[in-house]
Amino acid sequence: MPDSAATRAGTPGAGPDPVVEMTDISISFPGVKALDGVGFRMFPGEVHSLMGENGAGKSTLIKALTGVYGVDAGEIRLAGEKVRFHNPAQAQAAGISTVYQEVNLLGNLTVAENVMLGREPRRLGGIDWRAMRRRAAEILEGLHLDIDPGSLLNSHSLAVQQLVAIARAIDVQAKVLILDEPTSSLDVEEVAELFRVIRSLKERGVAILFVSHFLDQVYEISDRLTVLRNGQFVGEYLTEELLRIDLVQAMIGRELSTLEEIGTKVHSADRDTSQDATPVTFLAAKAVGRKGAIAPTDLTIGAGEVVGLAGLLGSGRTELARLVGGVDRTDTGQLTVNGSPLRLRTPRQAIKHRIVYSSENRRAEGIVDELSVRDNIVLALQADRGWFRPIPRKRQDELAASYIEALNIKTPHADALVKNLSGGNQQKVLLARWLAIAPRLLILDEPTRGIDVGAKAEIQKLVYSLAENGMSVLFISAELEEVLRLSHRIVVLRDRRKVADLPNDALRVDDLLAVIAEGASEPELETGAAS
Amino acid sequence: MNLVYKALGHRLFWPLAMLVVLLAVNVIAVPGFLSITVNSEGHLFGSLIDIVRNGAPTLIIAVGMTLVIATRGIDLSVGSMCAIAGALACSIILASPTPNDVGTVTVAVLLSLALALVLGVWNGFLVAVLGIQPIIATLILMTAGRGIAMLITEGQILTVNSAPFKFIGSGFLAGIPVATIVAAVVLALVALLTRRTALGMLIESVGINPEASRQAGVRARGLLFTVYALSAVLAAVAGLILTSNQTAADSNNTGWLIELDAILAVVLGGTSLNGGRYSLTGTLVGALVIQTLITTVYTVGIPPIATMVFKAAVVVAVTLLQSSRVSSALARRRSRGRRAETVGSAAEAVAR
Repeated sequence: MPDSAATRAGTPGAGPDPVVEMTDISISFPGVKALDGVGFRMFPGEVHSLMGENGAGKSTLIKALTGVYGVDAGEIRLAGEKVRFHNPAQAQAAGISTVYQEVNLLGNLTVAENVMLGREPRRLGGIDWRAMRRRAAEILEGLHLDIDPGSLLNSHSLAVQQLVAIARAIDVQAKVLILDEPTSSLDVEEVAELFRVIRSLKERGVAILFVSHFLDQVYEISDRLTVLRNGQFVGEYLTEELLRIDLVQAMIGRELSTLEEIGTKVHSADRDTSQDATPVTFLAAKAVGRKGAIAPTDLTIGAGEVVGLAGLLGSGRTELARLVGGVDRTDTGQLTVNGSPLRLRTPRQAIKHRIVYSSENRRAEGIVDELSVRDNIVLALQADRGWFRPIPRKRQDELAASYIEALNIKTPHADALVKNLSGGNQQKVLLARWLAIAPRLLILDEPTRGIDVGAKAEIQKLVYSLAENGMSVLFISAELEEVLRLSHRIVVLRDRRKVADLPNDALRVDDLLAVIAEGASEPELETGAAS
Repeated sequence: MNLVYKALGHRLFWPLAMLVVLLAVNVIAVPGFLSITVNSEGHLFGSLIDIVRNGAPTLIIAVGMTLVIATRGIDLSVGSMCAIAGALACSIILASPTPNDVGTVTVAVLLSLALALVLGVWNGFLVAVLGIQPIIATLILMTAGRGIAMLITEGQILTVNSAPFKFIGSGFLAGIPVATIVAAVVLALVALLTRRTALGMLIESVGINPEASRQAGVRARGLLFTVYALSAVLAAVAGLILTSNQTAADSNNTGWLIELDAILAVVLGGTSLNGGRYSLTGTLVGALVIQTLITTVYTVGIPPIATMVFKAAVVVAVTLLQSSRVSSALARRRSRGRRAETVGSAAEAVAR
């Protein structure tokens, strides 16, 4: 059982020495101990996954290793030598490269320019463009990547851009490569491509620190796992020796009954609704579409129904959801809400009809990071009332307090700035904002992306109970298990059009994958849409 | 010790420190600098009174500018707006058969403010509806505005002789300069307007994250119209004070470069030009620093040719001390010092 603190697994007796060894690392921020005596080590040629819930201290540990934060106590050894980095550039020069979740490259430059940025080969006081392109081509080839170095970065998909970012990172004779959530916006094939590159780097002896919330991927690619919880070291394990259930338990530190409980609950609910009469239609979209975003599509959502949108990245999931939520304008088609036609030009109008779109892009389009938790929670409600009718402070405090409690938002107080919260808690604040206006249709676009298992379970549970109380939900997630667990009905999109509308009885992931890949070849798969 | 670090970290620490330093310099140069006396007419009198009176126009404009900047905007047209308001008021008073009538002056003031409101709405239209960058949108009125003022005055400097009008800029009420009272009332009203309603929070929300605010149903357009209109009206108020003080409308010189002082006051007060969180208290401190600086130039006897350089040096010092990069560098030094201290005391303990 992974409960005993400071478990060390599989220390190779005569094996290689660790390339990175961090011992007793402590870092404090005002009011919090972000890391408390944490140890972490990496061996050359190994993929080491850093696991933990949000707020466990993963990012802090990475930032300590890359010189973004100074450590209050403890030491870092790189290839046996004690090091102290004052900034990321020093860490990079020492051979520690990082690729962050968001691609930090310049889209309007070529792939070659991006790979060589900041260390362009020089000749006669200028840049040696030919040498640069040649060098970039070599690097890409070294990773077996078939990308034209002369093409503009923007012309490639996000996945390719991510690979270019890795190519850029490993050029600096990297001993250690840190990949922070590299797969969160990639689809299955793209992840396979990324893993191929990771494996070839492993063969070269690079130590890779991998952070991902996808357990499947962690198990597929990692050799070793270190689990953190609440800023403390829980244990280090060999991946092959650790059962998934034990890993999750180590991460969340409590019995893992919640996830399974929801699973059975929703499935039993499914059976109820499918046996009962079909729910009253709340929203119907007829041939709703937008040029370049999604082809004209029909969609119905019943009162109290959870409709899942499934499909690969770029299949039109988000685009369709944005049209229904009034965030983008429709070119064609007609929306009907409760039987009366409706035209939505702005999110504001949608909110007036209690239709709410919660963006997949939490940072850029969701939270207002420099406002307090309370201001973020009341924002939509206040905007709806207009600025001259302020919500009394007492009512604001009540609202904030009740949602902080109901959604289990971990914040020191309601006045804390949202930017200081972890991702999962930011997501909950955003949910609280939407719930505060008592929506009748809640459109959740990837609400569980990049957040930890515990928060994920809580959000799934919440969606379930909201629908039980009559709220309609349109649910988007890249994780098919999640879509299957929560949805009464699943609409599948591919290449920006709807290919199937399936009632969720006894559907399995494999069935869904087949539809996503092949489309609905048999006509009966479309029957769900007729209702 | 902790309290010191807390104070050092406060947004307003450096501007306030600069204000104290400037006042100290003045006291050294002129020992009676801080004294306030009551003159024969019952008016308060002294250098500090001059600062709060002469600084009133900058403060009034800076209050409006604070809200504009909080929405990620900027309003360069405020100086020209001063000239326009002054020109219209003076030409109305001059054209009237009863220039000394309070009613005439009231009409002149209200019409000037109304014209400013229209022009402010125009700025708001360019920014909110046409989506022109604020710096460009308000540059239009900044340059064209003085032309409009010139048209109103027909190219003349209009000198008015009107007691009620003169009262606005150089009168006293209960011993306190009217300009100071107006500035205080403006500051208090805008603070109430933004913090007692949700206006302030929504302005900050739009300034921090426009797209998230749009998706939350915030109507940025209405907010932008409001802040640009308010900025223009407040600029007109400042312009009337300036014009009244000079008893003349000078289209070329009234409010010349005052937009830069106002922006400076906002920035010194800790409101970021990137928009978002704003502080009206900070703006007050910023405006006081600027006016004290101008006074210092005279009391210390800095030659007029060096005035601009001196002003620039002080501004550079304050903004550097406020910048996050410098403050984190200072914090590092301090913590290094502290560590050295603890090491030292440990060594002492061992030695003992």
